[in-house]
Amino acid sequence: MASLAATFGRGAMTNGWVDIKNADVILAMGGNPAENHPCGFKWFIEAKKTRGAKLVAVDPRFTRTAAVADLYAPVRAGSDIAFLLGVIRYAIETKRFHEDYVKLYTNASYLIGEKYGFDDGLFSGFDAGKGEYDKANWGYEADAKSKAYGVDPTLENPRCVFQLLKKHVDRYTPETVEKICGTPKETFLKVCEVVTSTGNAQRVGTITYALGWTQHSVGVQIIRCAAMLQLLLGNVGRPGGGVNALRGHSNIQGATDLAGTFEILPGYLKTPAGPQQTLKDYLESATPTTLNKQAWASMNYWQNYSKFMISLLKAVYGKNATKENDFGYAWLPKVDGNYSWMYIYDDMYRGSSMRVGGKEAVPEGFITFGMNPVGIGPNSSKIINALSKLKWMVVVENYEIETATFWKAPKEYGGPDSSKIPTEVFQLPASGFAEKDGTFTNSARWMQWKWKAIDPPGNSKTDQEILARIFLAVRDLYKKEGGPGADSVLNVTWNYTNPAAPDLGEVLKEINGKAITDIPDPKDKTKMIRTAGQQLENFGQLQDDGSTLCGNWLHLGVYTEAGNNAQRRSTADPTGLGMYHNWGFSWPANRRIMYNRASADAEGKAWDPTRPGIVWNGEKWVGDVPDIKPDSKPGEFGAFIMNAEGVARLFAATLNDGPFPEHYESVEAPVENLLHPKVTSSPVTKKFSSDKDVYGKKEDFPVVCTTYRLTEHYHYWTKHTNILNQLQPGFFVEIPVALAEQKGIANGSKVKVSSARGSIEGVAMVTKRLFPLKINGKEFWQIGFPLHWGYAAGDTGHTGPLANFLTPSAMDPNTWTPEFKTFLVKLEKA
Amino acid sequence: MSVQSLEIRRSSASVWGSPSGMRSVPTVAKYIDTSTCIGCKACEVACQEWNDLPPLSTQQVGTYQTMPTLDAGFWNLIRFDEREVEGGLMWLMRKDQCMHCAEPGCLEACPAPGAIVQYANGIVDVNQDNCIGCGYCETGCPFDVPKFHAKTGKMAKCTLCVDRSSVGLEPACVKACPTGCLHFGTKEDMVALGSLRVDQLKKGGFTTAALYDPQGVGGTSVVTVLAHADHPEWYGLPRDPHVPLGVRFWKNILRPVGLLAIAGAFVAAVGHYFNFGAKQVQGSADSETNLPQV
Repeated sequence: MASLAATFGRGAMTNGWVDIKNADVILAMGGNPAENHPCGFKWFIEAKKTRGAKLVAVDPRFTRTAAVADLYAPVRAGSDIAFLLGVIRYAIETKRFHEDYVKLYTNASYLIGEKYGFDDGLFSGFDAGKGEYDKANWGYEADAKSKAYGVDPTLENPRCVFQLLKKHVDRYTPETVEKICGTPKETFLKVCEVVTSTGNAQRVGTITYALGWTQHSVGVQIIRCAAMLQLLLGNVGRPGGGVNALRGHSNIQGATDLAGTFEILPGYLKTPAGPQQTLKDYLESATPTTLNKQAWASMNYWQNYSKFMISLLKAVYGKNATKENDFGYAWLPKVDGNYSWMYIYDDMYRGSSMRVGGKEAVPEGFITFGMNPVGIGPNSSKIINALSKLKWMVVVENYEIETATFWKAPKEYGGPDSSKIPTEVFQLPASGFAEKDGTFTNSARWMQWKWKAIDPPGNSKTDQEILARIFLAVRDLYKKEGGPGADSVLNVTWNYTNPAAPDLGEVLKEINGKAITDIPDPKDKTKMIRTAGQQLENFGQLQDDGSTLCGNWLHLGVYTEAGNNAQRRSTADPTGLGMYHNWGFSWPANRRIMYNRASADAEGKAWDPTRPGIVWNGEKWVGDVPDIKPDSKPGEFGAFIMNAEGVARLFAATLNDGPFPEHYESVEAPVENLLHPKVTSSPVTKKFSSDKDVYGKKEDFPVVCTTYRLTEHYHYWTKHTNILNQLQPGFFVEIPVALAEQKGIANGSKVKVSSARGSIEGVAMVTKRLFPLKINGKEFWQIGFPLHWGYAAGDTGHTGPLANFLTPSAMDPNTWTPEFKTFLVKLEKA
Repeated sequence: MSVQSLEIRRSSASVWGSPSGMRSVPTVAKYIDTSTCIGCKACEVACQEWNDLPPLSTQQVGTYQTMPTLDAGFWNLIRFDEREVEGGLMWLMRKDQCMHCAEPGCLEACPAPGAIVQYANGIVDVNQDNCIGCGYCETGCPFDVPKFHAKTGKMAKCTLCVDRSSVGLEPACVKACPTGCLHFGTKEDMVALGSLRVDQLKKGGFTTAALYDPQGVGGTSVVTVLAHADHPEWYGLPRDPHVPLGVRFWKNILRPVGLLAIAGAFVAAVGHYFNFGAKQVQGSADSETNLPQV
């Protein structure tokens, strides 16, 4: 998501599930949608059946998706960037890219400053001591006279993004791709041909991915490759196109929209940091400015940041937030470092935090809510040991999960003896998805209300009741005893009809937001665009003077005076393109395809009239909800309104590991980096240094291993459900036939897989769907296993090893997502 | 149990057949497109849940396939097959279940009157009340479908959700299928849908694609799109299924002859009684237990 935001301006699936049916080519890579998204996969099948679309599957394994694909290419786990940069090189080399689109809607023509460079595996500005880049080296070159961005519309200036990209990817020839990825050259070229067949106005292709790309130490840069490729092919903003992140949980998009991670507030506003002591400091640092004075100006929509933030503060602190007190900004916690979950466990394990340089106290208590840290790892042993140092832990869950019972984890996971663990564990029974009302926000950003089907069993409570009662109890304690941070809690507004179990309809209304006082129309002050108390209709109505409140500006429009729009269920589809504007609510602004201005050419005519996104009718944009000012004439604004430049970024200076992607091996790599052996893995990958954070060498662990999920199970939960256990009863290791023969391993026999962190045993599944790959002339093996098992399976008896006992705690430097998808192991008969 | 609102077209061990035709019902069929099946097994779960079949205890033995074969408690099985052919690897997945033959070998083989019936809409069903669990239907089936249920001592198999289809609902598996590779409707419509898909596949390079609707059993109420129809065995399907000759022989010749023999024997016995009086019993009455079980 970080890479999509850096490229397009927003970090979410650009199009939608249904829209996949409009594609001519579907590249499924870094994901196995048939396995993990079987319901959404119906649209892949629909595209194949109704349009004759070509489905291309690229994966280390021949997957369920590959089984119904038109073309399958094997790739070594962890080499996706080399593969994709190879496709980009092919597109440029053979001129199979959409040149008009690239010139109009990307920063291809923008000039980059002289400080940018790339040499022998390192971008300019690398600080070896810190292990970080100084991104100031990657800035645009402003025009000396106009002070606007310098551009070369002919794309010939050697310092323009297009020429720099061309030079950067020139090394990724089909031969090099074969040497790095193990993909036979002919197969690779076939993929290139099919994928780049959409590099024109007539055809459109989509790319879908999931955790197979995200969960690498270079995950963000893999996704960047896809975003760049789609820009070159002119596939972003168009029906049937886009870069489509397939989210693995029914509401993970909703969770990130509402501050699912520490560094963001609702609506992807930034969490205030230590140096930003006043609201003014904060808004200055968070609001982007633009140098864009080009013919197509930038809307730079983030210039409205203060309206979003102040309306959020009004939603949090209500009447207590006033202009005089910076709307309560001082009460918001300020982060002083990285509080990503892996860092929290690292602190717990060490018993002290080095986050701000000096030693700092670490958490003694921990609430884990709908999350199973021991299962989701990585490096389960470290997490079990970390939890063993807590005084107390609250687990809110439907089942007694591995985390709740970490103190009785089997000995091999290396946890302390349970008699030596001081942690007091409380489990609060939660309710399942069918036992409560609320919304799910799917991958396509559709917010869909769901109604409770049955009451939760026993003492199980809904999430909001659990949270509300904890909040009220903590507030009572502060009222009685005071203490540090009291203001942050005591000033929170909590005006729900039932404070101990808020109705989620009321909460959604608050997220949408309302006018606190009358809001006059700026064009005619005698008229009001909203009167006091009315629900807001769109984020254009937000104010920065405290007269509006809004819990999440991005969700604005979900609950208006018309009612709860997440409950809409109309199947009317006037466009015939599967947009369904009156089904649920799709953020932003009920727009179904983001960046849809790019679906039309400079004059506002659809690139492909059979699949228009929006078109200019002479007065306004019609079709989908336009992702541009609805009455702005073609040529007035750039198509990517969230980027300060107004265009999408082929070159993106905001990521921590480089403005262009580069092939780096995984942290545990089977080979040296063929392109620059001195810099094998990404120089800015995050690793930990405790005694539990050990990484294996290729000499000891020669086999490449990957982990994945199965369609029959859902995460660590469904081993509690026998009807699903029947379908996939236990843990297995998939092993290529020839490797099994070499090791004398029979199908169905027991094998042992070890990494630098531990060993697990499972049943061998000897298969033709994995095979040796030739990497730089030498044969390498890949194996893999699913992750659904663990030691907690209730009374079903379907326990199994924790897959993440073996995975390393190496992380992407932008998102701190661990590298679950590529690590080194050795394989033996058990 | 038989579904009362459905007329029975044929019934096992009935010499003269059942008169039907009061109601006008089309033959129904299920459509399976193996080329768009992703083997997700939603159909397996839907089948278990709709039919109240408890989960079976299985073990991982090195395959994605839930069970080696169908079971009396498991009527719907996705069969997985990895196959290397020229041009690459294939991972074939086919939904295995009762094919609901127009000329059902199970029904022909069944010696218990009314234990296996074929409804007027073509669905072939085991009537648990009448089943004697002899297993003859298993021998009669060219697809190895009916299985013996140890607890009930009866045979069991897919009913094509006759309880759903008789009230206008699609079978549970079809309802659950996420990709749309399953459909349900009249046989005519399903064959038409299959032909369309086969044409698409042929245009897409699968020159041997065809609809599997084997005529050796009179056609089936489960029609299956195969991309490689020249090799039905890759999908675990017999190339040219027939009701076994032995079953045909027993059903069409031996059984009527046997019944005539019984009638003859009865007439002879009565005549003998009137002519010669009761027989003095010595030991067991072997000649009577040798009669076919009816």
